[in-house]
Amino acid sequence: MSDQIDEGLRSELQRQGIWVTSMQELYNWGRKNSIWPLQFGLACCAIEMIATAASRYDIARFGGEVFRPSPRQADLMIVAGTVTKKMAPQIVRLYNQMPDPKYVISMGACAISGGPFKQGYNVLKGIDRYIPVDVYIPGCPPRPEALLHAFMELQRKIDSQKLTGDKKAAHLDPAQPSEFPVPAFGAHDLEPPANPRVFQPPKIERT
Amino acid sequence: METLEQIKNRAELAARGAKIDIIANPGPSQQLSLLIDHEHAVAIARFLRDHPALKFDHCSNVTGVDWLDRTVKKTVKVKQMIDGVEKEVDQTTEEKTPGYLEAVYHLFSMKHKDGPLIIRMRTSDRGEGARLPSLTPVWRSAEFQEREIFDLYGVRFDGHPDLRRILMWDEFEDFPMRKDYREPDDYEYEPTPHDDVLEKAKQHYAPRPQLDGAENITAQQ
Repeated sequence: MSDQIDEGLRSELQRQGIWVTSMQELYNWGRKNSIWPLQFGLACCAIEMIATAASRYDIARFGGEVFRPSPRQADLMIVAGTVTKKMAPQIVRLYNQMPDPKYVISMGACAISGGPFKQGYNVLKGIDRYIPVDVYIPGCPPRPEALLHAFMELQRKIDSQKLTGDKKAAHLDPAQPSEFPVPAFGAHDLEPPANPRVFQPPKIERT
Repeated sequence: METLEQIKNRAELAARGAKIDIIANPGPSQQLSLLIDHEHAVAIARFLRDHPALKFDHCSNVTGVDWLDRTVKKTVKVKQMIDGVEKEVDQTTEEKTPGYLEAVYHLFSMKHKDGPLIIRMRTSDRGEGARLPSLTPVWRSAEFQEREIFDLYGVRFDGHPDLRRILMWDEFEDFPMRKDYREPDDYEYEPTPHDDVLEKAKQHYAPRPQLDGAENITAQQ
């Protein structure tokens, strides 16, 4: 908005009772205040997610109270808990079934990296191996305040998305994929063990 | 509860030809267990469940144990004649025990409010011979737990009604709880590795770039 109209002029007009806005601002304002999460939980983080949705922490204050039981109606996937390798293909499939624009919060140590089960044979070492993650919340499990903070961070991210130009949001760019391949159950591990298009860890230089 | 010897003797009388051993537990709990043979396992289990003095009607827990091949060194003092004088000499013998897999059942009696009675079965080896008779026909509660042992240890239970993997997917081929299992190598990104993980992560480390000497130049005072 601010790159199209002078901020001083805008506030001057507002003082005169004229509210000037842009499509982008209006569109993002509407989107960021009605983020409907997908209703599913995987482990103990889900308990904190439920507490966040309940009256004490009340995610409804931020427009996220409508937990949808269908991926077709959801905007946000909160990956709350340990993602086992047996569960990972279903998570990716649910993500693929969500309509654009869609966002992912990776909640807790397990969803980020496998957490305390990292060395196990059965736990995926982070959901970002298969789907793009927008906000990570550390913690084991994170408190409801942390989830609210992540939610506000996501709102900030949505608010700053562009509708046009080179840096426009991914869901408006036809070249950007909105679905990702579902991993298959292999003889020893999931195949492939990570999607290189999504998962690009920094190379660690050490001796 | 009757002593383990009494139960063993009763069971051996009930199931003709059964061979039962009492396995000692060197741990502080001193919880002894009965090792039963394959042919009479179901008969012994039925006897333990149905005998009015025992009534072990509740099988609370079934677990697997993996025992690898072992070599036990034993040192024995032997008297030997050396140069006409009798001396005590240490003689070391190596005893090789082939590995096997084990299923351990914890039984309780709801009727008599006692237990646990622990019974074990051992496979003949860790490969093709990893088979045991299923006790699911005797205790229904063993069904899922025997499936779990099959899933994680690879023990086949003969007579099990529905022997499939229960935790891992059907296409999976390994047995992850076996001691010689090696998990897939996905340690490419380990920001804070230590111990075993450090060794695994080192395989993925990129080599340091070649230095060109510029790092030795210091600012002139």
